[in-house]
Amino acid sequence: MSQFRYMGRAMPYLPTDGCTGKLIVIEGTDGCGRSTQAALLKEWLEVQGYAVIDTGWTRSKLVGQAITDAKEGHSLHRLTYCLMYATDLADRMEYQIMPALRSGFIVLADRYVYTLLARGIARGADKQWLRDLFSFAVEPDVVFYLQLGVDNLVPRVLEAGKMNYWESGLDMSYGDDLYDSFVAYQTALIEQFNILAEEFDFHCVDATQDARAIQRQLRRAVTAYLQSSDYPAPGAAAAK
Amino acid sequence: MDSLLTPHHFPGKLIVVEGIDGSGKSTQLQLAMRYLQAKGLRPFFTEWNSADLVKTITKKGKKKMSLTPMTFSLLHATDFAHRLVHGILPPLKAGMIVLADRYAYTAFARDVIRGCQREWVRQVYQFAPRPDLALYFNVPIDVSVSRLISGRAKLKEYEAGMDLGLAPDLVGCFKIFQGRILGEYSRIVQEYGLTEIDATRSIGEQQQTVRRYIDEILADYKPVVSHQSVPLEGTTS
Repeated sequence: MSQFRYMGRAMPYLPTDGCTGKLIVIEGTDGCGRSTQAALLKEWLEVQGYAVIDTGWTRSKLVGQAITDAKEGHSLHRLTYCLMYATDLADRMEYQIMPALRSGFIVLADRYVYTLLARGIARGADKQWLRDLFSFAVEPDVVFYLQLGVDNLVPRVLEAGKMNYWESGLDMSYGDDLYDSFVAYQTALIEQFNILAEEFDFHCVDATQDARAIQRQLRRAVTAYLQSSDYPAPGAAAAK
Repeated sequence: MDSLLTPHHFPGKLIVVEGIDGSGKSTQLQLAMRYLQAKGLRPFFTEWNSADLVKTITKKGKKKMSLTPMTFSLLHATDFAHRLVHGILPPLKAGMIVLADRYAYTAFARDVIRGCQREWVRQVYQFAPRPDLALYFNVPIDVSVSRLISGRAKLKEYEAGMDLGLAPDLVGCFKIFQGRILGEYSRIVQEYGLTEIDATRSIGEQQQTVRRYIDEILADYKPVVSHQSVPLEGTTS
């Protein structure tokens, strides 16, 4: 049985024992095709018979909408920004992620704490404070990191029409020009992601490849991971 | 770095009151405000759980009973951060006096009783500046309960920790829950060096003590002059 551990300070009333599921995280900056890849991966796993629950930021019932609204109004300071996202994660941890892991599901997270660690630092929040704040998250089993350089990222985000206020870090006055600010902010984010990738041993995937090639690579890696782990393959019990 | 343990460097002054419900801290702070106003100062006032940003969420979560110890704690931290950034830091930086009805210590006491880790809650609030004066109104449970029951129509469910199911009735719950909070406060008073006030004494006696402490911390304070107006005797404006 896999043993989930909290990254730091636990939720004392929420023990992790008896969690037989797997927590698989896909990380990556804006415009790296992360959500598309996560959706494809979920479908592929389900076709094989794996039970999958997907989760992602701002999807909590409690504050998901409130974060979206607050970002509309540009009224978030970096402290409130990080704290609201922490609230979102705590709510999902308790009502979604942990119950699913306890029931033996594969939880597929489209971004996890690492996104907030990177964004928080890029916004000037204290590094240790961020680590402590998000330390109630459980450690994932594996983290895939769709890696993209800022040169590749800019045209993609432009094409998608997603060069917005927050993804440009305009709240941090990185620059007074939307484009300059976007580049500076995304560069800072990627720098943080690369540091985290090293520290937390991310499984890096070259996101400049064609989407199908990325998906194939992800599937191979997930297969290899699941086979190496104690996670029961669908139909394994029947085969015995 | 823990900013709650080191004095801040802002020209303003931060005065906070802490204590369980029914300790009389809000009454004392209102009187302190009058005292400062009568001196011609213009103190800012802020209270716990008042930022619009999270008010509706907290309300909704309480109604649906979907708040957990962690989300309860984090929502209050969000609220606090919002008020700090918008309502506390600007006047402190401008050299004004800020009066806060409850501060981070409230979270240290309450969230731990609800089930969060003591060390984690302290870490979450590490961005809070240390008050120049933190008054803790210490009162036994029975005194606070009789004050609350005679004063207000009824106790509030979350104040009583009713969601924790400590006792079948509201007053029973309140006593157990607030009793545990008292225990947590006594730890905090030691840890952060809060100034303890005996809240069983008369309102007038307590206020005299409060004003003496305020005078002490204002000894080196240089008020920012906006416009001079001499208040009418016995009034504040």
